[in-house]
Amino acid sequence: MFGTDDTLRAPYAAYQKWLDGEKADRLKRKTREAEAFFRKTGITFNVYGEEEADERLIPFDIVPRIITAREWRKLSRGIEQRVRAINAFLYDIYHRQEILRAGRVPVELIAQNEAFLPQMIGVNPPGGIYTHIIGTDIVRTGDDQFYVLEDNARTPSGVSYMLENRETMIQMFPELFSQIAVQEVGRYPQDLRRSLAACAPPACSGKPTVAVLTPGIHNSAYFEHSFLADQMGAELVEGHDLSVQGGRIAMRTTRGYQPIDVLYRRIDDDYLDPLNFKPESMLGVPGIMDVYRAGGITIANAPGTGIADDKALYSYMPQIVEFYTGEKPMLENVPTWRCSEKDQLAYVLDNLPELVVKEVHGSGGYGMLVGPAATKKDIEEFRKKLENNPGNYIAQPTLALSTVPIFTNAELAPRHVDLRPFVLVSPKGISITPGGLTRVAMKKGSLVVNSSQGGGTKDTWVLEE
Amino acid sequence: MLGKTAGGLFWMSRYLERSENSARLIDAGFRIALTRSKSAADEWESVLTTVGARTAYCEKYDDFSSTQVIDFLLRDTSNPGSVLSITKLARDNARLVRTAITREVWEATNESWMTLKDLFRRKVREQDLPDVLNTIRQQSALVRGAVMGTMIRNDGFNFSRLGTFIERADNTARILDVKYYLLLPTIANVGSSLDNVQWETILRSVSAQRSYRWLNGPDTNPVQVAEYLIINRQMPRALAFCYNKIDDNLGHLEGNYGERTTASQMADDICEEYMSQPIETIFDNGLHEYLLEFLAANNRLAMQIEQDYRFQQS
Repeated sequence: MFGTDDTLRAPYAAYQKWLDGEKADRLKRKTREAEAFFRKTGITFNVYGEEEADERLIPFDIVPRIITAREWRKLSRGIEQRVRAINAFLYDIYHRQEILRAGRVPVELIAQNEAFLPQMIGVNPPGGIYTHIIGTDIVRTGDDQFYVLEDNARTPSGVSYMLENRETMIQMFPELFSQIAVQEVGRYPQDLRRSLAACAPPACSGKPTVAVLTPGIHNSAYFEHSFLADQMGAELVEGHDLSVQGGRIAMRTTRGYQPIDVLYRRIDDDYLDPLNFKPESMLGVPGIMDVYRAGGITIANAPGTGIADDKALYSYMPQIVEFYTGEKPMLENVPTWRCSEKDQLAYVLDNLPELVVKEVHGSGGYGMLVGPAATKKDIEEFRKKLENNPGNYIAQPTLALSTVPIFTNAELAPRHVDLRPFVLVSPKGISITPGGLTRVAMKKGSLVVNSSQGGGTKDTWVLEE
Repeated sequence: MLGKTAGGLFWMSRYLERSENSARLIDAGFRIALTRSKSAADEWESVLTTVGARTAYCEKYDDFSSTQVIDFLLRDTSNPGSVLSITKLARDNARLVRTAITREVWEATNESWMTLKDLFRRKVREQDLPDVLNTIRQQSALVRGAVMGTMIRNDGFNFSRLGTFIERADNTARILDVKYYLLLPTIANVGSSLDNVQWETILRSVSAQRSYRWLNGPDTNPVQVAEYLIINRQMPRALAFCYNKIDDNLGHLEGNYGERTTASQMADDICEEYMSQPIETIFDNGLHEYLLEFLAANNRLAMQIEQDYRFQQS
């Protein structure tokens, strides 16, 4: 909210003016109202292994994060470039593997990677698209300096919070939206449906049938799955609702089996098809991979897409962008040390207290070390893990992340944030909803914004021109 | 519509109906306990039998004291039939079919569960019971209002209504059976002077005291009460009323899908067999036997609907 010299940043001027006229008591009450609103609408996420509190609210902060139209243009161009490169990379890696031949990405990084699916070699996904839905995690370190923290190309979550956060803000502060022109986010579900329908497989005749595949009611993101299906007007299915019927994937309806054309799946590759992957999995559909290979169904995101957002591969993203687009990346990576490489590992081990170390395949903020916030004991324990299995880790510097204010104890206080814009890809083009999900570390000084680690969210405003 | 979704709607409605029905029965039992301290334990035992929880209760307790029974029926999570457990099941099913119900229906169901969870955090004191039971019925009415006022009249609505009326018919038949059976240990007692207060509670538990008077005057006569709850097509908790609705909803599905199902035939047969004979015949042949057979037939119909509309993988 404030620039490096502690002056109010321009995009916040109108908001600050409104805020100055507000009483702390009213804002406090609004914070409580927001919580009741989320509870009532059931916007919760499930935490595994916690019996009583198995449905939790993600803390919501009432102060919006504001981005100018100019900043957004720059950001979204950079994201678009990156997403194009990711899809081109995925096609290449499952076909001719030219990037490996050119020596720009080491062969063993692919060959030994669990996210790489040999079953996808030579498969042509409908429309040539691998990742239909991406959430790119961005952090900001200075006025014009954005870094990509992560590309979530397999099953990015959080879009329902983006939508419900906006809905909540409009309910609570309608006057703000008449005073300040904020770009709309509410069209996302229709855009998603349109985008998915545009990726219908060759076997589709007529209007494409779209369905969302969820692992079920106990999954941590079940709210999001049902929310998206609901908003799209699509069916929400589980594996046991589906089966192979006449070369298509069909859902069991009250009138018999009906084929599905596009399946937005929210379960991992490994669980998708017990005949092709984990045989004990009950979540997926036996035989779906064969139907997929034969052009009977579109799976979004395509199986094997995870190779693109693997943390080990992340450090090669600048080269990947350049290789496929022929341009310099508009958005940079956070500098990253690969612990699989000897000299880089040595540096990491020497500088653990200043670094963030992450598991290559981890997600949700589990299994990571935040050096500056860790105790001596934590660091020594992590050092052992690193030495035992260096290939499993990457490390990054703790950036001087920008902060945004949150409303706490009746006053504003700065907290670290990141931003996850949501991107849709179809043969007709790439669209990015203006804004995204801002995640915020609710604890003072903390850099961890993951909801599973107590992080919160806030509404993200991209101002009109 | 997905078979699973149809099943979720059906069961969501069944559980909502069931929790309301429990509240009604507890209310009736409580009223008796207040007015006639001598038979209170019997009355509570009969309430437990009606909701099918007697065996589970007796495994846990040795006597039928009001506070114990009330606690068991309202908030005991180890009792799968307690109002709290049932409301949770209704809410879980609503979550499952979130894409087939309106935002209002979902929020009403969710709020109803949150309200009751909060209400049942502590043991319910006797002086608070009327308020608590009132709240349960109010919450149930809110959900019903949301369903009636906002849901599109498509197949999903039909499945939800089928659940409501299958459950309600089951509940009414059980109330009648348990009361009758307990009150009349032998067939020879039919027509003998009965305890009017007990029959009053039956009417009370189906919210029909006043309307019964409109029809039958001030005296409570067991045959007339049974007739009212079995054959009357205007009384919303009577078997004939429920089956009228079941017929309607199966008929809509039939029209929608262009297919006559076994369930439709079965429902017609049940109407023919159980709702078109005079009450005297029913009593002559034995009300208890009649009700037992009806309960079994009603249950078979529920299973046939499940099968015809593919609620589960077969």
